[in-house]
Amino acid sequence: MAGVGSRSGVSYDARGLVEPHADMPDNVEVDGGRARFDAADLTIRQINMALRKLIYDDGITDVTILNPASKHSLAVGILKRCRIHFEGSPGWFACGLIDGPEVTINGRVGWSVAENMMSGVVTIERSAGSLTGAAIRGGDLIVKGDVGARTGIDQKGGTIIVLGDVGINTGFMMQRGRQIICGNAGVNLGDSMYDGEIYVAGTVASLGVDCVPGEWNDADTELIERKFRIHGLGVPPEFQKFVCGKVLHNYDQLEPSERKLVIH
Amino acid sequence: MCGIAGVIHRDGTADIGAELTAMLQSMKHRGPDSTGYAVYGPADDLVVIRFVLAEPNKSTGIGMAERLERNRAEVESRLAKIGAEVATVTSETGYAFRATIRYGGDLKALADYLEDVPGCEVLSLGSSLEIIKDLGDASTVSDQYNLGSFRGTHGIGHVRMATESEVDLASAHPYWAYPFADVAVVHNGQLTNYHQWRRRLEQHGHRFQSECDSEIIAVYLAEYMSRGLTLETSMKHSLDDLDGVFTYVCVTGNQLGVAKDEMAAKPLVLFESEPLVAVATEEVAIRSLVKREVETRDPYEREVLVWQV
Repeated sequence: MAGVGSRSGVSYDARGLVEPHADMPDNVEVDGGRARFDAADLTIRQINMALRKLIYDDGITDVTILNPASKHSLAVGILKRCRIHFEGSPGWFACGLIDGPEVTINGRVGWSVAENMMSGVVTIERSAGSLTGAAIRGGDLIVKGDVGARTGIDQKGGTIIVLGDVGINTGFMMQRGRQIICGNAGVNLGDSMYDGEIYVAGTVASLGVDCVPGEWNDADTELIERKFRIHGLGVPPEFQKFVCGKVLHNYDQLEPSERKLVIH
Repeated sequence: MCGIAGVIHRDGTADIGAELTAMLQSMKHRGPDSTGYAVYGPADDLVVIRFVLAEPNKSTGIGMAERLERNRAEVESRLAKIGAEVATVTSETGYAFRATIRYGGDLKALADYLEDVPGCEVLSLGSSLEIIKDLGDASTVSDQYNLGSFRGTHGIGHVRMATESEVDLASAHPYWAYPFADVAVVHNGQLTNYHQWRRRLEQHGHRFQSECDSEIIAVYLAEYMSRGLTLETSMKHSLDDLDGVFTYVCVTGNQLGVAKDEMAAKPLVLFESEPLVAVATEEVAIRSLVKREVETRDPYEREVLVWQV
């Protein structure tokens, strides 16, 4: 194991977090292409600075962060394929705006995990707060516990899988993508959704405006079995499918340029 | 955006002053303008009154020291006139006071009589409740009022980012549920039918200390509890009557309760173990109290939860 050393007064790169007042942590252990460090006594800036240096500058492809202690905004804006493991629970806004990483979180997360994720995989071993996967564009987001309200609000693509229950307004104004809910769903499921599919195995407290039961087809079965197989989630339960009734948002009256904005 | 926190020890007393300070300081980013506490020490025969005679930023100036001393003497005089035996009167700041009295009369009459003294605002009244609030972050207020050594069973706290009212004590939380002894509330959110409920409650004889919508919740609960309803039932009624987005935490002499509105738009995370329950706007506050990985959850929409000492 070799430490990357400590540097003070770092003026970091232009790719994201410039942190002139943060010191690089000196507790990073590197072993080949893997690295790990304990975040218990580090600031948010120090954690993100170390993570970005390891991934972008040092060519590390597998980073483990110990004891994130519910700190906010960790591993945000990572735009490179790599593996990131959290041993413990990050706070709010974890893994937002990522494009490529495979992230595992051995803990729970606060609000807005993986917000605006473009691609990659985020797997949370326990529960998540509200706004989970808000506005994600792509990738897979898996929560093995329960989640709060407004899961996948404004979702534009990708797949959200929840093994537990979801709260109110799940899939609110969802525009594309899939949500696979193995537990129960709260009131207003899929309210004002434009498109996409929501699968629910448990009970649905109520459907939102313009969310209607959908017709099941072979592609639905193939999708769910494939996702469960890829992520090692066991045998999928039986699901009901819900889609947009397309009454609230009338696509036929849109100009082509407007339609492009809505669909994409 | 504000931060709220609550803690209740079901197995006896703890350093709740220091615990709440750690929780609130970890959420300083949610509101650095003012910090408030409602903490419960051991109940005894004495009634504890927390009152202020001036806003902190108006407590100095020409003749102010004499005026504060004069008004303090007037408060003590009125306590004697209304039949209260004053045990102690102390002050850490010169404008905020803590008095202990022996008094068996009507608390509403007492509060109204004291608040008739110029500048006087009763922050709390009760056998164990003490509301302390001031400008600044949690560490500042804790140091100012020596809260690090405060022991008790439960309490709530609030860090405030002033958005719709002044940076002053009147707008700082917690709010005492005047005239109910030992009931207080902290709130994160906005109530849209504030004026409607304020008029309604004023018609029932309640008074308001501030223009802050959060005060409605404390007074609303007081009104319903005065009709004999339990705290939990009163809180459930509030979900139907109060409009807007809100999460609030309230406390009585032996209970701590949380309520989330039907949109679940305001955050709250909950940690529950056999001896300890802790709630806060953000997980980071729970982690400042419990220094290990713990299972926490977000209460769902329209959830009302109450725990007892």
